[in-house]
Amino acid sequence: MRTTRPRSGDRVRWWVYALLALAAFACLFPLYWMFIVATTDTATAIKLPPEIVPGGNFFHLAGLVFSTVPFVRSIVNSLIVAGSIGVGQAVLCALAGFAFAKMRFRGRNALFLFVVLTMTVPTQLAIVPQYMIISSLGWVDTLQALIVPGLANAFGIFWMRQHIASAISDEILQAARIDGASTWQVFWRVAFPLVRPAAFVLGLLGFVTAWNDFLWPFVVLKSPEMYTVQIAIKALQNSFNIDLGLAMSGSFLATLPLLVLFVFVGRRMVAGIMNGAFKG
Amino acid sequence: MTTSISATEVGLPPAPPEETARRRFTEIVAPYAYIAPFFVLFAVFGLIPLLFTFYVALFDWNPIGEHVFVGLDNFSRLAGDVRFWNAARNTVSIWLLSTVPQLLIALVLAHLLNHVRLRLALFFRMTMLVPYITSVAATAIVFAQMFDRDYGLLNWLLGLMGFEHIDFTQSVVGSHVLIAVMVTWRWFGYTALLYLASLQAVPRAIYEAAAVDGAGGVRQFRHISLPALRPVIVFTIVTSTIGGLQIFTEALLINRGAPNTCGPIRQCQTLTLFLFEQGFTQFKFGYAAAIGVALFVMVVALAGLNYFLSTRIRPVKG
Repeated sequence: MRTTRPRSGDRVRWWVYALLALAAFACLFPLYWMFIVATTDTATAIKLPPEIVPGGNFFHLAGLVFSTVPFVRSIVNSLIVAGSIGVGQAVLCALAGFAFAKMRFRGRNALFLFVVLTMTVPTQLAIVPQYMIISSLGWVDTLQALIVPGLANAFGIFWMRQHIASAISDEILQAARIDGASTWQVFWRVAFPLVRPAAFVLGLLGFVTAWNDFLWPFVVLKSPEMYTVQIAIKALQNSFNIDLGLAMSGSFLATLPLLVLFVFVGRRMVAGIMNGAFKG
Repeated sequence: MTTSISATEVGLPPAPPEETARRRFTEIVAPYAYIAPFFVLFAVFGLIPLLFTFYVALFDWNPIGEHVFVGLDNFSRLAGDVRFWNAARNTVSIWLLSTVPQLLIALVLAHLLNHVRLRLALFFRMTMLVPYITSVAATAIVFAQMFDRDYGLLNWLLGLMGFEHIDFTQSVVGSHVLIAVMVTWRWFGYTALLYLASLQAVPRAIYEAAAVDGAGGVRQFRHISLPALRPVIVFTIVTSTIGGLQIFTEALLINRGAPNTCGPIRQCQTLTLFLFEQGFTQFKFGYAAAIGVALFVMVVALAGLNYFLSTRIRPVKG
């Protein structure tokens, strides 16, 4: 209900912008500072007053990152892990969400309640037995140890169920069914395309979370060729105890792919989070 | 107990009558097959390990698999272990220092972002999500540098203003503040967006009516915005409790000299870090599992208590 006539109460005061600009500055500055140190070197990084413009040393430091740890390999590893988890969550959670939203089966409500309740269980604390299970599967130091546990999650099922229930009418599914489509065809050809934007955002959130995960890869991965980028930058920090330029360079390179991704899909991510599953 | 379901009450009706028995069977099984992946994954990598934690905690268990039943010994040792109580104190301290400011900042920002005529709204919203997409590992490395005792930007600024340099990584309070700043930085924007979404569900007309009745910004916030936000505030309090009590990466990465203890005097060793130290560097699986059980009980108790309290506290009427 917007009024066309400007109201005095609607006018945005200057201090609103000042506070928001301060928050924006706080959000961006650490990354800018990371970039500054990543483009100069340690000597400049610890110089006071600090440099506030990027130096020309980026390619030298980046080269050092790639020669110190198998960084290309770890980016590929991270892409494989985060990509599989993103796609897996989008498809598997849509499938389960579809079943919970549009199919009738015995135990449906109880099972859905169970799914929702699992969201509050801090299973990360069971990390010792989780490691033992991965170990007995022979998956220590492999990428599937990171991928498989993350392929479906409760939040994603809840998210997709909400979207499927509200975005897809029963009539369109019935029409497809009358045309002779099987359950799978109804899902894959009719329902999934209609909720693809929601599944895309879910996959994106899964990708970001997996890309940035630290504890589990840190426990499971042993050899440098299997490192994800997060473990690689930890290794950089170790191997050169005080070489900040190197550590920051690695951190920046590990963050860059997500920043680039965010430039293209940030708007949808914001909308997705705001449109999220937390209303009521 | 109906096996054939009437089409009117179902989103997805049965297939047309020419179906075969085999096809009918697959359609009864289909929904279970669709939800199965989650249940299998949760069982294997979530629930079974969780139950197994309680079992392993009763043993003296090493990584090769040798184990001796010791009953509740691990727990009584834990109760008398000063390192455990130190880690518990650190965890609660860091959790409070990071959750309270984070939620308050998010509340204020959501309120500001909710102005109808705000320019650059999308820019501000997107910027506030940048910390969320930045990894904890990268965050820890850059913040540890900015907060460095000798060369950090922050201490340089404090020095210019005539203050003493603060040793953030090596002191108890300093390291807790540093970790709390990182956690707050990462989450305040995300939380603000969740709050903003709830605020936007409140019809504008209610604010306008309140303004006509002479209610100022603060009163509008207290009597309209806050009640509307209550469910999402409860949600964020509970989730940040669950997350805040499990802080690990920040604590591991800010102290390069003694990473597993977060410093020589364990000044910021959290319970998860203590669990990691005992399990994966000391290889005491049983003892580590006992820490896991203790932390689990703590998380559930505090998240439950928060839920209980925050659903009962109502804004003052009047």
